[in-house]
Amino acid sequence: MAENNDYVLKVTNLGVKLQNQVLLDHVSFNVKKGTTLAILGPNGAGKTVLFRTLLNRVPHTGSFEWSEKVKIGYVPQYVTASDVPMSVREFLSIGSGISVGEALHLVKLEDKNVADKRLGVLSGGQLRRVLIAWALKDNPNVLFLDEPTTGVDMDSEEPIYLMLNEIKKTQKITIFLITHDIHIIQEYADDLVALNKCVTFCGTAKDIGKPETQRIIYGEPVCVETIRGEA
Amino acid sequence: MLDFYSLILAVFVGVAAGYLGSLMVLEKMALVGDALSHVALPGLAIGITLHFYPPLGAFAFLFVSAIIIWQIQRVTKISFEALVGAMFTLALAIGILLYGDKLEDLEKAFFGDISQVTIITAPIAIGLCVVAIIFTKFIYNKLVLAMISEDLAIARGIKVARVNLLYLFLVSVVVAISIQIVGTLLVGFLVIVPAIAAKNLSTHMKRYSLLSSIFGAVAGFSGVLLWQVFNFGIPFPGPLVVFAGIAIFAVTIVMNWRLKITS
Repeated sequence: MAENNDYVLKVTNLGVKLQNQVLLDHVSFNVKKGTTLAILGPNGAGKTVLFRTLLNRVPHTGSFEWSEKVKIGYVPQYVTASDVPMSVREFLSIGSGISVGEALHLVKLEDKNVADKRLGVLSGGQLRRVLIAWALKDNPNVLFLDEPTTGVDMDSEEPIYLMLNEIKKTQKITIFLITHDIHIIQEYADDLVALNKCVTFCGTAKDIGKPETQRIIYGEPVCVETIRGEA
Repeated sequence: MLDFYSLILAVFVGVAAGYLGSLMVLEKMALVGDALSHVALPGLAIGITLHFYPPLGAFAFLFVSAIIIWQIQRVTKISFEALVGAMFTLALAIGILLYGDKLEDLEKAFFGDISQVTIITAPIAIGLCVVAIIFTKFIYNKLVLAMISEDLAIARGIKVARVNLLYLFLVSVVVAISIQIVGTLLVGFLVIVPAIAAKNLSTHMKRYSLLSSIFGAVAGFSGVLLWQVFNFGIPFPGPLVVFAGIAIFAVTIVMNWRLKITS
């Protein structure tokens, strides 16, 4: 049984309603420190809204409680970088935190030329690594990854998750990962929350392989009552 | 005889408009900046009618309009372009109503009135340009970050809405001052062209913002200088500032094409 201080986040009956539309409804789950929580759900299920709510960007009902001194690094799904004449070095120099070299080392972008490249000319994989480096710059203990391999070819996806796994262990980070990829969830996540406005499934990541779990997640949505246990 | 106050002011206006414009072009709001400048028209008319410094009236109208647009956009999510379009035509209508049959004043408002640049007004305008540049420098990276991703900026604790409002305020100041040199119809040029010329030669942000400022200064200075020396039979320097800027833009296109700087 997990101790109370083992949790980095406790979400209780979280609800979000914007312009008379319910975006999140009675969402409850807990997240243990140092784990990877996968968040799965169809488009419009409220996954990104959940991230924004947890970043205190969206008015909400219910509550969420972070453990003390939480520092969140965020990797958004979409960025508008192609038109900005900004080099990787300039981008990673904005704000405080570790040096550009250290940040690039963390995400295994060792090629010295990368730092002086324009963001707009980076490959999809390089850009995602630079965004992860940006999120890690401030030494966060929680990382929000909103579909971190958007725009990345299939061969480059796995190395990014391997790298994230390594960072999680070495930097002692808790990862919140929005993804649609069942293989990635099975391989790299510890726990799973399926959303469709409300929580439709909450359990371990390995459960995603079971046909009954997939029926629950991808069939007609049935909300799960308040969950108090581990996610 | 050369009017040094106008020449010096043209340099500072060019630097400020080029620097702030570099952000507007990145935000894909170049035409918003252009249209916004026309909102100054009623303010200029009130300034002329009530005999106070017209750019002050222009600034008041620009900033109040910017706040109204900013607030409506936040509430309704209607695009900036559409709202500025509505506000711009409204301001134009009010402006023309206020000018009535004073067509000479209307012409000055449209194309600039360099006679307003005096030993008293020039240092004030230059000072305001410098202040606008300094404040913009403080928020430059924040605005760029929010442009790349608003979520990214907010996750870093940047108050994006507030920073945008400050930027709109500074744009209003610079546009109000620039109107003296190029008028409301041509001020959009100073915001757009130096920035797109700089973009042709830039792979880094520092170079981009620096070149945009320099090109703005060169266009402003050379346009006013050419007008003072040759006059070309026109009562205002605006068109020559535009020609000078377009010449710079053309050169940067050729340079980028030949040297493949941004590809």
